Amino acid sequence: MPPFPKKWLIVLLVLGFGIPLLNPLMPDVVSSYRLFLVSTMIIAAIAVLGLNLLTGFNGQISLGHGAFYAVGAYAAAILMDQYDVPYYATLPIAAVICFVVGYLFGQPALKLEGHYLALATFALALSVPQILKYKWLEGITGGVQGIVLSKPEPPFGLPLSEDQWLYYYCFIVMVILFWISHNILNSRSGRAMMAIRDYPIAADTMGINLRLYKTVTFGISAAITGIAGALSASAIAFVAPDSFNIFLSIKFLIGLVVGGIGSLAGCVVGGIFYVLVDNSAQALSTFIKNDLGLQFDLSAYTVFGILLIALMYMMPMGIVGGVYAAMRSLRRGSKGPAPSERPAVAASKPAASRQGH
Amino acid sequence: MRRRTFVGGASAALLAAPAVLAQKKYDEGASDTEIKLGNTNPYSGPASAYAAIGKTIDAYFKAVNDAGGVNGRKIKFISLDDGYVPSKTVEMVRQMVEGDKIFALFQSLGTPCNTAIHKYMNQKKVPQLYVATGASKWGDPKNFPWTMGFQPDYHTEAIIYAKHALANAKDPKIGVLHQNDDYGRDYLDGLKQGLGKDVNKIVKIVTFEATDPTVDSQIIQLKDSGANIFMNFSGPKAAAQGIRKAADLNWKPAHYLNNVSVSVAAVMKPAGFDNAQGVITASYLMDATDKQWADNAEMKAWSAWMDKHMPGANKADANHVYGYAVSALMTETLKRCGDNLTRANLMKQAAGFQKYRVPLLLPGILVNTSPTDFYPIQAVQLQRFKGETWELFGEIMHAEST
Repeated sequence: MPPFPKKWLIVLLVLGFGIPLLNPLMPDVVSSYRLFLVSTMIIAAIAVLGLNLLTGFNGQISLGHGAFYAVGAYAAAILMDQYDVPYYATLPIAAVICFVVGYLFGQPALKLEGHYLALATFALALSVPQILKYKWLEGITGGVQGIVLSKPEPPFGLPLSEDQWLYYYCFIVMVILFWISHNILNSRSGRAMMAIRDYPIAADTMGINLRLYKTVTFGISAAITGIAGALSASAIAFVAPDSFNIFLSIKFLIGLVVGGIGSLAGCVVGGIFYVLVDNSAQALSTFIKNDLGLQFDLSAYTVFGILLIALMYMMPMGIVGGVYAAMRSLRRGSKGPAPSERPAVAASKPAASRQGH
Repeated sequence: MRRRTFVGGASAALLAAPAVLAQKKYDEGASDTEIKLGNTNPYSGPASAYAAIGKTIDAYFKAVNDAGGVNGRKIKFISLDDGYVPSKTVEMVRQMVEGDKIFALFQSLGTPCNTAIHKYMNQKKVPQLYVATGASKWGDPKNFPWTMGFQPDYHTEAIIYAKHALANAKDPKIGVLHQNDDYGRDYLDGLKQGLGKDVNKIVKIVTFEATDPTVDSQIIQLKDSGANIFMNFSGPKAAAQGIRKAADLNWKPAHYLNNVSVSVAAVMKPAGFDNAQGVITASYLMDATDKQWADNAEMKAWSAWMDKHMPGANKADANHVYGYAVSALMTETLKRCGDNLTRANLMKQAAGFQKYRVPLLLPGILVNTSPTDFYPIQAVQLQRFKGETWELFGEIMHAEST
């Protein structure tokens, strides 16, 4: 996939930093609730980024990233609750813990491929809420009751509201993580990761240490998703085992597939998509029932499913992939076939097209 | 004569009118025409059996609106699906409080879900009224003046079992089975408090996880402890297994079962009616399957209401009874607010019920609240399983656990 145009990136960054400042001026348009909602989208985007590194760029499917998200959230919550660690300091610690957990889980995962790995990670996601409730851990996890936290306060006496600061906090973390991921992917290691995804045997023959790369990628992926979990602990100010059920992991995967596998911009789109649909699916189903007069009681998940199927038909490469494809065909339509462009597109395409297993 | 009364009445009305006008006060979410109430319910996910409560409340308010509303104002009931996921509850509730600008949150369901928004609601000073959970922490007006429970809390219920057991057993030796979470522990704490100095009469406490496949080994342990009183604080599935296993082992203690598992269809029948004879539990709502209420006026009214407004719903589902009763209480609370629809006044009215009768509560059970008592229902009546149904006995028991 072609890289994201730089000037657009700068525009988006400026907008991302500027718009929340309008909150006191336009409290209805840039409301506190919307800032909070965007913060949850950012957190979702980071979680999807973690999953994308593993699934999109390294070809290992995970149905259990909710587990790492939960570990990150609980690590942050326990640190804040029991050890009075400031909220920003919990992020690196949660990242390290999740890296270790992910790395260790990556060891047995080496022996599993494709669907078998998906099933193993699925089991992980199913077991985490139960483990959190376990009585030996209850002293620190709070059991079913969970842990109530306080929201992060703006530092240095900045004249920001809690929601504004939460937004900036998440936004800054997101920018840093995407920058790191971008650099990883454009390094030797990143190319090795993708080589393993595309042709593991060839990669092995070329001297890439599969074992090392796969487990470390698992670790990095878990660490990034864990950071998202730690951010969510701060944003929601409460953690409980019920927040980390199996649907969470599935939603990450949906975000990934919808946004665009193997694309960094796709992570952001995926994160926005799943928060948006998750929050409005019910409104949509009541709209269909009451305003369109259909006599079906569609559950929110049914709406989710229908949207997904429709998207998969229209944009099998995810939204970002679909937008790129549309832009290409538009350009081709207006200028006629551009022979110089085609090989370049073909060359960058394997990155996007070969992960469909 | 008639004319004079008319004139008198009219002038009285005229005199009163300016005063009424002057008193019209509104907070966000209330107006001359509408009162917005928010709610979260698990319409999807593993806890979706409770969705019947949300649907009943919605139907109830629709019926109220069709009949003219509350003091001429329609109730707009916004009920969102949180799937019993606390982090989702936070998103949904913030959407309703800050986006839809609801007047109050009503009957949000689930202990973890309400815990997640407890602090937020009180910071925002938006009422979190009559929450649908039996944890005891909802009645804490000093620290959380904007939150109030509804049903008898687990704590109170356990105190009642303790008192009854002490009064009726010779040489009581108590064995306790409880689910290993806050719900089970609330019961255990209540039991200990109810026993007071007799707390050493507890000879054995065993726990299980909600996900355990059986409780067989726990029941064997309890039998071996020599207990002659069995406090069974478990959800429907484990309760049925416990009753059956105790009978299989030929262990015949005085058996107290928590109110959570009173369902005849879901607990007593699978446990086997023969095995369940004599089990004691506490109840505060009428059971729609209980034939003794067949001629009860409130039950008849409810049954007719169900036929009209929720055709096709399963009337044996106790959640419909529950939803109806709690909606009636909410409607009355709003009615009592009159034209002073401020959030502070709503809490004041909610805390001002004295011996108020809510339909479908057991005869003799009344709602009592005060500025220091945020537990609306605190009385229960004991019932014993006989034949194929529950049989009430004894008096209404009150326990003020505040």
